[in-house]
Order: sequence, then structure tokens, then C-alpha cells
Amino acid sequence: MKILVAVKRVVDYNVKVRPKSDGTDVDIANAKMSINPFCEIAVEEAVRLKEKGVATEIIAVSMGPKQSQEQIRTAMALGADRGILVETSEELQPLAVAKCLNAIVAKESPDLIIMGKQTIDGDNNQTGQMLGALAGLPQGTFASEVSVGEGKVSVIREVDGGLQTVELTLPAIVTTDLRLNEPRYASLPNIMKAKKKPLDTTTPEELGVDAAPRVQTLKVEPPAERQAGIKVADVAELVDKLKNEAKVIS
Amino acid sequence: MSILVIAEHDNASLKGATLNVVTAAKAIGGDIEVLVAGSNCGGAAEAAAKVEGVAKVLVADNAAYEHQLAENVALLIAEIGKNYTHILAPSTSNGKNIAPRAAALLDVQAISDIISVESADTFKRPVYAGNVIATVQSSDAVKVLSVRGTAFDAAATEGGSATVETLASVTDAGISTFVGQELAVSDRPELTAASIVISGGRGMQNGDNFEMLYKVADKLGAAVGASRAAVDAGFVPNDMQVGQTGKIVAPDLYVAVGISGAIQHLAGMKDSKVIVAINKDEEAPIFQVADYGLVADLFEAVPELEGKL
Repeated sequence: MKILVAVKRVVDYNVKVRPKSDGTDVDIANAKMSINPFCEIAVEEAVRLKEKGVATEIIAVSMGPKQSQEQIRTAMALGADRGILVETSEELQPLAVAKCLNAIVAKESPDLIIMGKQTIDGDNNQTGQMLGALAGLPQGTFASEVSVGEGKVSVIREVDGGLQTVELTLPAIVTTDLRLNEPRYASLPNIMKAKKKPLDTTTPEELGVDAAPRVQTLKVEPPAERQAGIKVADVAELVDKLKNEAKVIS
Repeated sequence: MSILVIAEHDNASLKGATLNVVTAAKAIGGDIEVLVAGSNCGGAAEAAAKVEGVAKVLVADNAAYEHQLAENVALLIAEIGKNYTHILAPSTSNGKNIAPRAAALLDVQAISDIISVESADTFKRPVYAGNVIATVQSSDAVKVLSVRGTAFDAAATEGGSATVETLASVTDAGISTFVGQELAVSDRPELTAASIVISGGRGMQNGDNFEMLYKVADKLGAAVGASRAAVDAGFVPNDMQVGQTGKIVAPDLYVAVGISGAIQHLAGMKDSKVIVAINKDEEAPIFQVADYGLVADLFEAVPELEGKL
């Protein structure tokens, strides 16, 4: 089977992002960029399916600026066979990303599409579900276990309060949660090999997608600062404060 | 304006998350209708009709909606959604599963996790795990929003007398099946829903020591979480992780035990109402966000805390 994985270039999770002083956008000019952690889990899951002999080909897709090639190469170093970059300098919102992915799904006809449940920049948690709607495919979101069967996939989902198992007809979409797997590190030989793997470039226009943003960011600001707290001398004082001052325990 | 609220329910009863969404709907202003899509969901519909501020409850009662599979419910929402200016769902795993799918069917860019309503088309939402608050404006005819429950008070469960209307149409996509579920049997509340959370970090030294936290949690009715450092060290499983790549929590009380306060952890808990930090390193960054800091050896302080509760 053929697996499509989506990967996004995002600010590394260790970087503390701040708004620009004029409040128009976030200041990420010199920030370290990485593959979105949930996307990395998606790549790992696809590679494991290939190692098990379930998958035969893995295509890594990314969208964004030219530099997103780096994240596709990362996915290739982990085991993806080839890449597609949908290049644009414009901001792509989840609906536009889902439309581009839908166009690629129509061309490539993958049996399984694996993607992160959300990216750690926009925190939208929408793209997989939207692709499901546009492509008319079932979705197994927030996956912690994926088992591929004959013409179907069983997905254990992390839901509030526990786990839910759903069975989806193939082709299907899976979005990854943290527990699905622990991604491997790419070995140096694999990083070298990844440089030679094929990478096609296209654009939203070529895919026939109107990618214009529907939601405009008017302002960004830091969250309300917390008031400086106090140090308590001992456990007795702590319990007293929580009971009588903060009134959060009784 | 007319607003459709997607109810969070388990067929028998209405879940509290719905009430916070109703309050967000009130902040937008207009007629508020609640959709209860389920199977034998009369109990949930009845409860929704009593919620203060709700004008009408739409009930779609069919086996296809029993487990609220996104493939089926999103089709239903898309079918009736054009009649509304706003469609609101809670930011629960269910709401997040369904709302974006419905939005795409309506050709709408949904807005996730709103924390305030600035006007009928402008909302605030956290991005970068809450390190940045963005004010965003939608140009879509229908606004599809998911609502972060911790940011809005719960509407009263009594005082409403909504009319109840049954929806006849059944939308069954036939591409997904519910197989089963395993809901946590623990008496402790779920992390993201708990009003008190007590978390341990690398300072706990090993998984066995988390037993101390469980004991305190059981006295407080709290959930137990962990920092990424504790998860990476193998003390506790991944699903306990609070932080940017784990769970985002905002309880009334958050107790951080042996947690230094890395950015990635702070991003997941700094909207808590009251934060307590217990750490022997008085320079630990966690103290900069803590309302009450206790510089102490956790192995003495935590058992003492348990004894005093």
C-alpha cells in the first residue's frame, strides 16, 4: 500500500516564541525551525508500516516556503521514499492545506494518509479532519495505535477520559497523538541517502487551489502575565494559604 | 444572529462542556439552538432544553449518531449549518474531531480554541501553546468555532425552557464503525477536566515515587500529571504529560512537584488559576509563575502535605 505523510516546518518546540513589539505577528525571524513533532510521529508510523511489509511506498508532502524542503529531507532520512513540496510564500490556513492535500490525494491515490493531529505553531488541530471532509474519507484522529487490515484500518484514539477504537474503510486518514510511537533518530548514512531521493515541487495554483486566507490575524500579544507570587515558609503555611486565601481546597 | 451549539453528551446526559459553549454563544449574542446528535439521546436533549439561554434544541436520534462518529455527524451539521451565522463546539476531543470536518464541508476556515469573543466575527485564541494570544477575524459567512471551556463560565443548568425539534434526516457516511471504548476506570478525574492537578517532574527520581502524588491527589480529588522530563526519563507514561506537546490544562489549582519549569511545561499549565511549586532549588524558573512557592525537599514536603489535608 501507498502512504502519504504530511509534514510541516515549524518553530522548534524548545524556542519560546514572542510577539513582535508592534503586535502584527510573531517574531520568528531567526528561530530554529524543525519538523512539527506530531508530523515526525506520522513519518515514524509510516516507516514502521513499511518495515512490517504493510506499506510499499511513503510519500512525504510539505507546504510552505522553499526551506520546507529541509523537513521533507528529514522525513526522507527517516524512511520516506519521495517528496512533494507545495511551495508558496503566502500563509496557508488549514482549509487551504487540506485543499492542496486533497488535490495530491486525487493524483496519488494513497491508501493511508498519516498526519500530525496539530502543529505546534497554529495549534489548529483541523487539517486531517478537513481533508477527510473534502476527500470523503474516514478519519481516525488522535491515534495511539494503528492496525492495518484487509481493506480497513483499526485506530485506537485518545479521547477525553480514555481510548476509543474505530474501524475505517481504506483509504483513510489518521492523525497522530503523542503515544502512537517514539520517532527514531535519522542515521548519518540515511541523511546522506535522503539527499538523493526525488522531490517534486508544485504550487497551490498548479493544484487548482484557491489558498487565500479566510481568517485575518488582527493582532498578537503576549498572554497576561502572572502576578509575582510569594514564598511560603512551610507546608502548614501552604495549606493555610490554599484554604483561606486562594480558597481552592477545603 | 443565530447560533448552533454542538452538544457534548453521552446520550443519557449532557456534559458540562456544553454549558461553557452556551456562555460563549451568549457573548456573541443571538438565538441559541443546541444540536443533540445521538441515539436514544432523549435524556441529553431534555437537559439541553433546560439550560438557561437556549431557545431551541434540535434532536437527531438515530443509530448512525450513537457514538457521534465525525463522518456522520459532520454531514448532519453541514446540512443544517447554512441556516446559522455561527456554529460552536466545545474544544473536547469530540468537538475537535467533528467541528473542522463540518467546517470544511461548509467551505469554512474554522477557528479553534477561542478564549474570548471580541465581536461577532472577531475572537481571541492562543497559538504557540499559549505563548502568544492572537486576535483573529473571520471573513466566512458562517463562523465555525471551537470553544476552550476554561475561558468561559458554565451557563446555568436550570432556567431555560427551549422547544425541542426532531430532525428527520439521517446522514450515515458508512465509512467508519465504532468498535469499542475503554474509559479510564480510575476514580481520579481526567487531566484536562480536573479542577485540581498535581504534577511531578524529574525531581521525583523514579516512577514509584509518584505514589506520593497519587495519595495527595486522592485526598484532593485531583488528577496527576507529569513534566516531559519525567516522561522522557520513563517514570510515567506519555499520556500524563502536561506541556506544549502534551496536554494543556488550566485547573483551579496546579501543584508542580520537583518540576524546574521548562518553557515547554509552562506552556501547558500557566493558565491555571492558582499555581503551587514545591522544589528544593529556589532558583527554579517554576517559582516565577507560582502563586505559592515552597522551597523544600519534596520527599519531606509531599508526605507532610498529604498528612495535613
